[in-house]
Amino acid sequence: MSTLVALARAQAFAAGRAQPIATVRHLHVQDHPFVLIPLAMAGEANAPLAAMVGTTPDDPRLLVVAQPRNRDERFAFADGLATALVPYLTSFAGDTEAVPVDRGRDVRHRFVDAPQVWVPNTGGVDFLRLFGRSTRFRRVDGEYPVPPTVPLLGQWLTFLAGASEVPGSSLLLNAVQALGMHWATGQSGAEDAHLGSLLAWIESGAAAAREAEAGPVAGPATDPDFDNRVLAPLIADGDPALASVLRELMLPTWQQMWRTLALLRTLPAGDRVATRWDGDRDSYSSFVEHLAESGLPQPRRDGAVAAAARLQRLENAATRYAVQRAFDDPLVMAEYRLAGVAFGGVVTLANPDRVDDTGKRPVLRPRIMVATTETLRIEAGATLTSPARPAQKAKVISITPTGTGWDVLLELSGGMGRKLVADPGTVPLVGEKLLLTTLSEAYRPGVAFPDPTETPWTHGGPPEPYAEP
Amino acid sequence: MKLDRLRGPAKAKRHNARTIAALTGNPGCARRSVLDAAGIDKVKLAERIGFPGSFGQSRFALARGNAFEAMLKADGCAMLRSVLDVGVVDYQDLGEDADDTLGARHDRTRSLLASSTSALIDHPLLTLSVAGQTVFLEPDLIAFQSEGRLRVVEIKSFAVVDGQADAAKVSAAAVQAAVYVLALRELLGEDRVSHEVVLVCPENFSLEPVAVILDVRKQLSTLRRQLSRLSSVSSLVEALPESVSFDVTLPVSSLLASLAEVSARYVPECLSACEMSVYCRDEAAGSTAALGRSVRESLGGVETVSLALDLSTGAASPTPEQEEAAALLRAAARLREEALS
Repeated sequence: MSTLVALARAQAFAAGRAQPIATVRHLHVQDHPFVLIPLAMAGEANAPLAAMVGTTPDDPRLLVVAQPRNRDERFAFADGLATALVPYLTSFAGDTEAVPVDRGRDVRHRFVDAPQVWVPNTGGVDFLRLFGRSTRFRRVDGEYPVPPTVPLLGQWLTFLAGASEVPGSSLLLNAVQALGMHWATGQSGAEDAHLGSLLAWIESGAAAAREAEAGPVAGPATDPDFDNRVLAPLIADGDPALASVLRELMLPTWQQMWRTLALLRTLPAGDRVATRWDGDRDSYSSFVEHLAESGLPQPRRDGAVAAAARLQRLENAATRYAVQRAFDDPLVMAEYRLAGVAFGGVVTLANPDRVDDTGKRPVLRPRIMVATTETLRIEAGATLTSPARPAQKAKVISITPTGTGWDVLLELSGGMGRKLVADPGTVPLVGEKLLLTTLSEAYRPGVAFPDPTETPWTHGGPPEPYAEP
Repeated sequence: MKLDRLRGPAKAKRHNARTIAALTGNPGCARRSVLDAAGIDKVKLAERIGFPGSFGQSRFALARGNAFEAMLKADGCAMLRSVLDVGVVDYQDLGEDADDTLGARHDRTRSLLASSTSALIDHPLLTLSVAGQTVFLEPDLIAFQSEGRLRVVEIKSFAVVDGQADAAKVSAAAVQAAVYVLALRELLGEDRVSHEVVLVCPENFSLEPVAVILDVRKQLSTLRRQLSRLSSVSSLVEALPESVSFDVTLPVSSLLASLAEVSARYVPECLSACEMSVYCRDEAAGSTAALGRSVRESLGGVETVSLALDLSTGAASPTPEQEEAAALLRAAARLREEALS
């Protein structure tokens, strides 16, 4: 945890109220999200007990498994969930837009919008991943047939759970993480895992949060005491009151989910949130295409090439997400300033017309001097960028200590037009306040991987083709 | 004995692998060491002083665990033998949950295990010295003995799906198994007991068992180190005033006074491991440790929230050791203010 967030926690404790740790929203919030609260049966391997689902706050739909150990009821539940969720997911596969690829030589199409599913916490995400695993290989024929909606639901859940692992993706989000990214409470992270308590810190303060701890849990695990006193007799007797008991148990969480969404909507979206949502629309579009074409379920485990490629995608996404958040949000950038890899300063000298003619042809290389009082962990030769002018690079020529801090001499390149005289406004003027950092949004080319059929024997050889289970 | 007096007339709670694992999770906590050593019912104590926690186990989880174990052990452990691939060997059950036969059962365990005939030995009764005290352990486990080597077999009812299981549950199982390996080694010597334990779990979404080998060398060395660091309970107890007692029939005010005599080291992880945690959390309010280890470290190890804030605003002047932390806190406060204004 960074010192800034830790300090915010300390301030939250002293104030009795959660404190902001972001000035903008770092995730996309759909205008029409789908809220899904799963409950699981204790002890079983991913046996659903109930789910509360829907797209409007005043219309929660409750799905209940009266006998969680009964296989048929389990698949009836999966069918019910599929009937509620899959039409929502596919409803965005309508209008498309053309996106240039290969430097404008070609176009591809992607859907103009994508679905967004919200669960209360990471436990909810894990539940959906496992439920996807337990349903996507089911056969619709043979000895133990299931409704055709069931394996399709499994593929969608697997897709969503996979997307949620990509840093910055907003296809499947969880409320605890989304709130924790924007507010710090005066309690520990372990206590923040309780959605009711976390939300109460933000909405009403410390005392309300303590009270909320005693309130119903947001699932998927139920409270053991509730299991023993309430649930066990109801299930044993096949009591029809089970549905209303569960509805009452889950309604507070349902309302908290919508309040979470409303809270997040009060924050303005970061500038780069939309480009990440573009990426989400890309992956949604290609998954819809995959279902329409081969429609094979995702493998139990990725093959060697697929796994390596996925790992690289995740790493790139993580780096990009960290940089984008810092560029979007001065409060996130402050963490890098505290660490000395970003600094704020004032331009004290500027030579905007400097031309370097030592090479084959003359190039425009203005120089500026920036005075800062902040900690620096940057050396001469480093390349910096400024969030205000992301297309421009600033090479550190020298760093000289002054009485109060440092004078940093920078040589600028790029983002100044094509002439030997810089376009107006592209070179910082004397007196301008600047923020410079070693973080860079520059595109990082990926490594080429072999075709899966050429997987070397050191990595297990080519993967087996898909076989029906 | 002084420990018994601490408890009062109530029956002593016995240690088990879970309590030892929890104890070593926070070895600096004198309160937990003393309460556990004296065998005090911490659930009752916490309830009595008005800070109950929720440490029940769902009966659904228990039922499934029992069903899985019963299934494995049915027909003379037919299924367990086949999943362990051990062929026809003897099966001995030493189980019987009674306190008065502890000594006798421990002797039988010792002689059975020492005989080194191939066998599955269920519910052995083991001992382990914890914080200067010998505690009896009654593990719900089977020791499999073959060719003079013993292997711990743990039956757990969480699922292994596609070769993966819940990481928290696996690591808890590994620590518990390491406690048993340690106890068995104390009884039989280092080289008789394997550091590889066998975890038997249901596979995927069925009840079909699958056996997985876990190497617990890392857990063993952590456990050894933590056990050796455990502040010696007897000296802690000796240092306590005569008035200290945790007899739950005493008035709440005197119980609270007694608790205040034994210092706790609260961290948020206690909430999922210790029955007294809700009380300790209340007591630790205002300390940076109560916000979590990482928060405390990021605040430069400063003890209290108020001091950290005062250092960040410059309201308090730092001691020479706090100089560096204070500079960082001041910079952080300035950056936060700038970004939020």
